Amino acid sequence: MISCHNCHLVCHISPLNNPSAMACPRCGSRIHRRKPNSISRTWALVITALILYIPANVLPISISTTMGNSHEDTIISGVIYFIESGSWPIGLIIFTASIFVPVLKILVLIYLLISVQKKSSRRPLDKTRLYRMVEAVGRWSMVDIFVITIIAALIKLGVLVDFKTGPAAVYFGAVVVVTIFAAMSFDPRLIWDNIKEYHE
Amino acid sequence: MKKKIIIACHECDLLHRIESLPEGSTALCRRCHAVLLSHKKDSLNRSLALNITALILFFISNAYPLIEIKTEGICRATTLMGGVRNLYDQGFWEIALLVLFTAILFPGFEILSRLYLLLPLKFYKKPWHMSLIIKFIQKIKPWGMMDVFMLGILVSVIKLVKMVSVIPGPSLYSFFALIFVVTGAASAMDFHSIWEKA
Ligand SMILES: [Zn+2]
Repeated sequence: MISCHNCHLVCHISPLNNPSAMACPRCGSRIHRRKPNSISRTWALVITALILYIPANVLPISISTTMGNSHEDTIISGVIYFIESGSWPIGLIIFTASIFVPVLKILVLIYLLISVQKKSSRRPLDKTRLYRMVEAVGRWSMVDIFVITIIAALIKLGVLVDFKTGPAAVYFGAVVVVTIFAAMSFDPRLIWDNIKEYHE
Repeated sequence: MKKKIIIACHECDLLHRIESLPEGSTALCRRCHAVLLSHKKDSLNRSLALNITALILFFISNAYPLIEIKTEGICRATTLMGGVRNLYDQGFWEIALLVLFTAILFPGFEILSRLYLLLPLKFYKKPWHMSLIIKFIQKIKPWGMMDVFMLGILVSVIKLVKMVSVIPGPSLYSFFALIFVVTGAASAMDFHSIWEKA
């Protein structure tokens, strides 16, 4: 028996049928026993995210000009600036969203991938919870991109201050998108495949 | 929910037989605690009302300026779309698209598609291409980021207050209300009962 990804209808499948060509009788979606190529796809996306994360942190994310002085900020220097200048709540939000969450997400996915590949059967419930947390929290990384959107639209071509988006924003946006795809392509049921039986 | 159903947990694949699920209760997987089913009270009417409210607020939020700033006699205001436009003009079309989709288009599509499903069902009709629309809603759901955008607005305001005087625009209030209405609208939807009804 296989459950449909889309409408969750449980379908009976005889072993004669080719499961890769099955469609759900209720909603017509293709039915897979597991998400296709989940592990290799997730690995590819996680590694892509890691690579993109380098230019996202090295290049400037914003360039502000105040009274003729141009000042470039990377994600990290922006966080440090806010903490030093006393607005530590903003520093903390940006640090959590732009540094802590993406790194945590990439590390947790790598840990889950390795543990599934090693056929580990330890603490599946905790691993599932970890996966759910990573899946829910990823979108909040977009905060800094939205902040840049708003500020850049308001402060431009002023006499005293000018604010421009830096090239790191493109890479950082890509990191967020790629890690969301990575979390989506990981199939949490793989965690449970190594648990043979369930005893109540 | 009268008839008993068999359902596989979508997170760990354990099969469950649910005999009956009283209104307002939720069935959890007994192995991994994922939500299997939740039978929502008066789901159709509640989600219809919330989605219509959300649609109205969505239009207000996008039609008026979000924030206005004042510095040395210069006033400058921006709408959500204005922010996207500015990124595009600066040459950052990738981010412009990302913001356009996550903060405007996907949340808008989600509200519209939910209304597309709910309105015919209210009149006991099956919506056209129902399964396609449900699939679409579930696909775009992770990409709607209005709540994250709201946090982005708050952070921007705190940042801007240090440099200029900030006046909240009319959209800001409706956007704030929209976040709550949309969250309610999403949680009031009961796809299982939609499948059963149609
Ligand atoms: Zn489960």
